[in-house]
Amino acid sequence: MTKLLHLLEQDCSLTTEQLASMANMTADEVKAAVKQLEDEKVILGYQAIIDWDRTAREAVTALIEVKVTPQRGEGFDRVAERIYQYEEVESVYLMSGAFDLTVIISGRSLKEVAQFVGERLSPLEDVTGTATHFILKKYKEKHLIFEKQEKQEREFIFV
Amino acid sequence: MNYDNIVSDRIRQVAPSGIRRFFDILEEMKDAISLGVGEPDFVTPWHIRDAGIYSLEKGFTRYTGNAGLAELRREIAAYQGRRFGLHYDFASEIIVTVGGSEAIDLAFRCTLNPGDEVIIPVPSFVCYGPLVHMTGATPVFVQTYAKDEFRLTPESLKASITDKTKAVMLPFPNNPTGGIMEREDLEAIAELLRGTDIIVVSDEIYAELTYGQKHVSIATLPGMRERTIVVNGFSKSHAMTGWRMGYVLGPKEIISQMLKLHQFGIMSAPTTSQYAAIEAMRNGDQDAERMRDEYDGRRRYLVEGLHRVGLPCFEPRGAFYVFPDIRSTGLSSDEFCERFLMEEKVAVISGSAFGQGGEGFVRCCYATSMKDIAEALTRLDNFLTNLKKKQEKGEKAV
Repeated sequence: MTKLLHLLEQDCSLTTEQLASMANMTADEVKAAVKQLEDEKVILGYQAIIDWDRTAREAVTALIEVKVTPQRGEGFDRVAERIYQYEEVESVYLMSGAFDLTVIISGRSLKEVAQFVGERLSPLEDVTGTATHFILKKYKEKHLIFEKQEKQEREFIFV
Repeated sequence: MNYDNIVSDRIRQVAPSGIRRFFDILEEMKDAISLGVGEPDFVTPWHIRDAGIYSLEKGFTRYTGNAGLAELRREIAAYQGRRFGLHYDFASEIIVTVGGSEAIDLAFRCTLNPGDEVIIPVPSFVCYGPLVHMTGATPVFVQTYAKDEFRLTPESLKASITDKTKAVMLPFPNNPTGGIMEREDLEAIAELLRGTDIIVVSDEIYAELTYGQKHVSIATLPGMRERTIVVNGFSKSHAMTGWRMGYVLGPKEIISQMLKLHQFGIMSAPTTSQYAAIEAMRNGDQDAERMRDEYDGRRRYLVEGLHRVGLPCFEPRGAFYVFPDIRSTGLSSDEFCERFLMEEKVAVISGSAFGQGGEGFVRCCYATSMKDIAEALTRLDNFLTNLKKKQEKGEKAV
């Protein structure tokens, strides 16, 4: 099961047959296991990792450090939930250290992101402070490298 | 200038590789998939590369001692001990060489006299015969068979031993068949050699790539260490082909002679590579395991795929090659490879390139991405279907 998850985490475009060979299972076992993992929400979904900078689409991503007052009985969960409901919010993490939540949002422009922070995030009653960091360049995400890798000159030799 | 008088007779007798032309076609071809090249598709793990870079930053650019850095030889000794139970003295029984190939060359040149015979199981990697030939000794090829999973059997070994036999080459895990020798197979070979003056040259370059079990070196069997030269290296286990790092382990009586030749021919293995290799030995066991695991998945996928499209193939347990039987197609191995490349743009290597017994088989290397393997299988299915159609049409025309 863990092996299967590792394989899917690495490349969810593998076919059932490929997964079966690589995890040393039968194709039917793989199908059943994947269904179960999906049903149990162990697998949340399947997405492509895209380098938008190579496309015409304009986009900005920001990482926002958020300080919040935890709620009695609810801790940070309720305010986190109020934040992650927004469509623009990509990720929300509870952090140890100097601030409480990391919120990653993407928008079409700087202005759009600023608007979100100023008009949606900061006014939340439990939010006591924010610090917004714009992401300037992505180098690597989920083990994938954004820059095109230079290839060694190729000449086949017989080994 | 008459170059015929210049070039030595022995090197002239070595046939040029016929594969070159094939690779020339491949290099020109767009969208070609190659299951031809026998090297890892992984880049050397970063911490190993970084150790090489760091050694350059510190200015470690001079020769090392002839046998290689003492620190590296200590690490090799420790690694061989923990991984394969082989125990060698770093000071007198190990030389760091320029790839495993140099180690094999040294082993032959320092043990063979003209007229000696060296038994070489085939199909196997192509360098053994020519290197033996260059010493004036005679290579004696012993065929291995699919029915034996391409193991060297004691019967066939026994039948080839003469009073001129000096050495037995043991190339396992095997390129191109993927065959391995398990403990009891080796025990049967050892039984024939104990008490003789025949040595074993054991090429264990693919030792880390043994699937479902651990590689056994013949040098660990009783009475065999004293008559075995073990060759290994970093190319396959740690994806370090371009660093040219190999080594040889053996009795100090032989190693000391090999060191003389290495000293005059090579001086010392590349210094940067040696520093990188120290890191590979110290902190690289997990890399080797991770890569083996990845190859293992591809191996199963390719073997199952070959069965699915109807090419019989024994399950290889080592290296990163599958050696399917293509005789059912009615084509020779060379024809198969040529037509598969021209019609479907997939390169596999003709079994006949690996010597006697390779005809009727082709070598497919799975040290390439899962995506390429999947695409190659689809194209193979097409190729076989079209071939059958053409052959049926041809028969009707007759």
